[in-house]
Order: sequence, then structure tokens, then C-alpha cells
Amino acid sequence: MLPVLVGLLIVSLLLAVFLGSENLAFFELTESQATILFDIRLPRVLLGACVGASLAVAGAGLQSLLRNPLAEPYLLGVSNGAALGTMLAFVFFSQFEFARPIFAFAGAGAATFAVYQMAKSRAGMNVERLVLSGVIVTTFLSSIIVLLTSLLDAAKLRSFTFWLLGDLSQGTKNGFYLTFVLVIIGTVILSSQARALNLMMIGERDAFDFGVEVKKVRLIVFAVASILVGSSVAASGSVGYVGLIVPHLIRLLVGSDNRLVIPFSAISGAIFVVLADTVARTAIAPRELPVGAITALIGAPMFIYLLRRS
Amino acid sequence: MLEVQNISINYGVCAVVQDVSLSLEAGKIIALLGANGAGKTTLLKSLNGGLPVAKGVILLDGKELKAFSRREIAQKIAVIAQETETKFPVSVLEFVLSGRFAHGAAFGWETPDDLRIAVECLNSCDLANYESRQMNQLSGGERQRVVLARALATQAAILLLDEPTANLDLAHQALMFRLVKERCERENAAAVLITHDLNLASEFADEILLMKNGAIAAKGAPEKVLTEENLIEVFKVRVLLDENPHSGKRRVTTIY
Repeated sequence: MLPVLVGLLIVSLLLAVFLGSENLAFFELTESQATILFDIRLPRVLLGACVGASLAVAGAGLQSLLRNPLAEPYLLGVSNGAALGTMLAFVFFSQFEFARPIFAFAGAGAATFAVYQMAKSRAGMNVERLVLSGVIVTTFLSSIIVLLTSLLDAAKLRSFTFWLLGDLSQGTKNGFYLTFVLVIIGTVILSSQARALNLMMIGERDAFDFGVEVKKVRLIVFAVASILVGSSVAASGSVGYVGLIVPHLIRLLVGSDNRLVIPFSAISGAIFVVLADTVARTAIAPRELPVGAITALIGAPMFIYLLRRS
Repeated sequence: MLEVQNISINYGVCAVVQDVSLSLEAGKIIALLGANGAGKTTLLKSLNGGLPVAKGVILLDGKELKAFSRREIAQKIAVIAQETETKFPVSVLEFVLSGRFAHGAAFGWETPDDLRIAVECLNSCDLANYESRQMNQLSGGERQRVVLARALATQAAILLLDEPTANLDLAHQALMFRLVKERCERENAAAVLITHDLNLASEFADEILLMKNGAIAAKGAPEKVLTEENLIEVFKVRVLLDENPHSGKRRVTTIY
């Protein structure tokens, strides 16, 4: 399974690098084509891989923690929290590049906390309550974002609208380095909690009774998910549904054991977003679609399917 | 093993358990009896630190329960709670192996020993060859036995059981009690169990704690506690008492 996934990742990376509005041949590159390849396309493809891995791992972690296959950073409002943070940084601290990811983490963390508090009740947490809380937080944050965009001038507005829907074209090299380091660390940390998450998935009470430090694990997962979503959103906006689709498919293939689901989701998330972004770049070339539109086109029907099944 | 001294537990301002003491030694089975809402489950939950105690202390092997980590407590105390349901596909083997969590590394895979113990416990609970079945495809009674197998797989010396026979047919009720009894007799384990079946309590428990409104109404050997006046006071039903002709233990018949 692992070699297959790694192989698929390499193939999709190569495909993504050489396909585009300017198709590149493997061996004969002109100077301008080499510039396109190394300065524009490669950083974008690699950023896409990191964003996909981050979102998929965050989704897998949140789902096990909340015992709910519908938990997803975008649907829970975590992505919107990060987006609002990024916007605040952009409007008020635009001179510092790293203000954006930092504000994004804070926004993602605050949104996660808010949804969790709203969804929690004495009787525990049910699917509907969690999804509804996510919807409420998402729409609330969206309206603040809309208010903020009215402060922007028209030229910035279009790129912002694109970014909000999830857009990899505005990523920077620093953004890539940051997401790369964080996704590696985040995946390792969440994988280290995988066995505890397997127990949490069965039930919080059960996990507690059988030796899991429930509060500690919850804090770790919320923190790591917020950081992963924050860095992705700061780099590329809200790419939705990745955290829903990818872990679900992985569970169909290997079962629910998080020791497999988390690392495999990381690789598959990377593959998924890289391929989706290739479609976004080439489908109506030379114009582009936001990658978030592609992932949502696939993800939304899947969400309905999962909701009906549960 | 487990020494409970004058504990009280509050939900908000409301006292749910008041001034309860009990002492659990190796080999002993204590049954908690009482009407619904008498505080039995609350008391049981506090015994492994699941609920904070407002007053009094709980000592585990002579040391305060609070001094142990969750992992250490789980190595010594196993719980059979009323069943939980999961939305994810979890196999029976995975479920039972979760009982080995406190013994292995938090990170990593189960050892061959863990696997062997899990399979043995499944077999003893009449669940041979159930390993790869999915939890959500089992009947209530089968799930209940998987929950027992998981508790046994911990090899903990103390078992806390909350209505362990709720979903079980007669044969499996007997199996459940035999397994718990065996654990206690052969391996010096001990158990606290909640049940509504007065006769099962009489047959299997060494001591009965009769609870009313969060406090202990009566405590002691089954024939001492299961008296007409106690049962009228706690359950408000009239009963007929005699002897089980097979075991010689106290038998309770409700008069409707």
C-alpha cells in the first residue's frame, strides 16, 4: 500500500509539473520554459502537495477525535477562522509576511474551540449538532470576511475572492517552506497519538477508562489541526473537502486504524490536491479555476452521501 | 485493593452520592443494588477517577487514586460500562485490543502477546472466530460480550461492571458471572457490579451495598441485606424470601 501511494504521488507530481497552459517537454527546455518550470510551476505543485497533506491529516485527526466522519476543517469553520485571521493580518500587518500564518493559526484555533464548545452538550456530541455548529461558525465568519473585503480596493478584490475559494497560484516560496516543515511535524505528532485516537474513536468515556489522557490528546489534536489548517489557508485559501474525501477513501481501503489512516491520508491528500490543481490550471487554459472549486465539486456530493449513510 | 472512605459526589450543587464507604479485597465481589437514580452508576464511575470526589478519599493499593496516571489506573482497573456506539467501522479484534492500550507503548503496534491475550479472552466469552467481524454488525448481546472480553483482556485486578447482563440471554448471563467469579477466585481479582437482579446478586456477591438517594441504606452479606424491610424501604415492593434449593442462598420473589 505504502509503495503504491508513494509511486502515485511521484507520478502525479511529475504530471502536474509538466502539464499546464504551457506544456513542457521532458528533456528539451528553453530558458524561459526552465524559468516557468522551476520558478512558477514547481513551487506551486509542491505547495499544493503540502496543503493537501495538511488538510487530509487535519481532517483524519478531527474525525477520530470527534467520532464523526463528517468532521472536516472547511465544514467546521476552521478554514474560515484561518481565512479571517489571514485577512486581518493582510489588512493591518501587510508588511510582515509571517503575520499571515500566525494570525491564521490563531483564527483556526479560535474557530475550532468555538465549534467544539457549541457542539458539546451534557449528553455528548451528535452528528447534527456538530455539523450545525460548523455551519453557524462558518457563516458568521464569512459575514465578517465580507465586511472586511469591502475595505479592499477593486484590484485586490478579485484575487482575494479567488484566494478565499482556495487558490494555489498566489503561494510564495516561504509559504511552501513553512507548510512543508509544519506538515511533516504535524503528521508525526498526530501519528504518535494514533493509538490513543483509535480508542477515542470508539468513545471518549471508553478511552478514558482504558488509559488515554483524553484532555491531553484532545488539546494536541486541536492544536495540530489548527496549525496545519492555518498554514494551508495562509498559503492558499480555503481548499474545501480535502479532509473529508481523502480519509474516507483511505478508511475504505485499509480500515479505521489511525496508525495507517493518518500517514496514508497525508500522502493521498498531497496526490489529490496536486491532481485537482492540475485540472484547475488546464481545464479552461489559459484561464484558471480556483482549486477549491474543483475539490468542492467532488466533495459536496460525497458529503451528502456520507450524511445519508450515517 | 480499593478502599473508599466516606466519599460524596456532587452534580453541581446537588449531592448524588453521600458519605459512601466500601472496601474491596482480593477475591471479593460487591454488588451495588438500588432503585434507578440511587447513585449507583455515579459511584461506580468515581471508583476509577471518572468523576471528581467532593469529599472523602479513594485509595488504590494504599495510595490515593489521584496520584496515579490514567495509564496506571487502567492497568489496575477495567470497566464494563453500558455500551457505546461508534460511527467508524471497528473490528471486534481492534476493539478488544484497545483493552491492551495501557500495557503497550502509546505509539506503536500491539505485541504478539497482546494478540494472544485478546484472542483467548474472545474465546472464553464464547466469541471464537469473531475477530474480523465489525462491531456495528453484532447483536446487543454479542457486543456486550465483546465489551466483557475487552475488560478481561486488560488483566486488571479490579473489574467495575455497570449492568453487565442487561442485553444477555440466560446462558450468557451465567457465562458472564462465571467468568467474573473465576477471575476473582483464581487470579485474586475483585469486582464491583451494578445489577437489578437481586437473585444474581445474592448468588454471586460476597457483599451487597443497598443504595437509596445516594447513601448506603444497608451493607453486608446478601442474607443480611436482602431482608423484607430493607427491600420495602428501597424498592417499595413486597417480597417473599426463601432459600434457593440448589445453592442454599437467599432467594427473593417479588409479590405483584
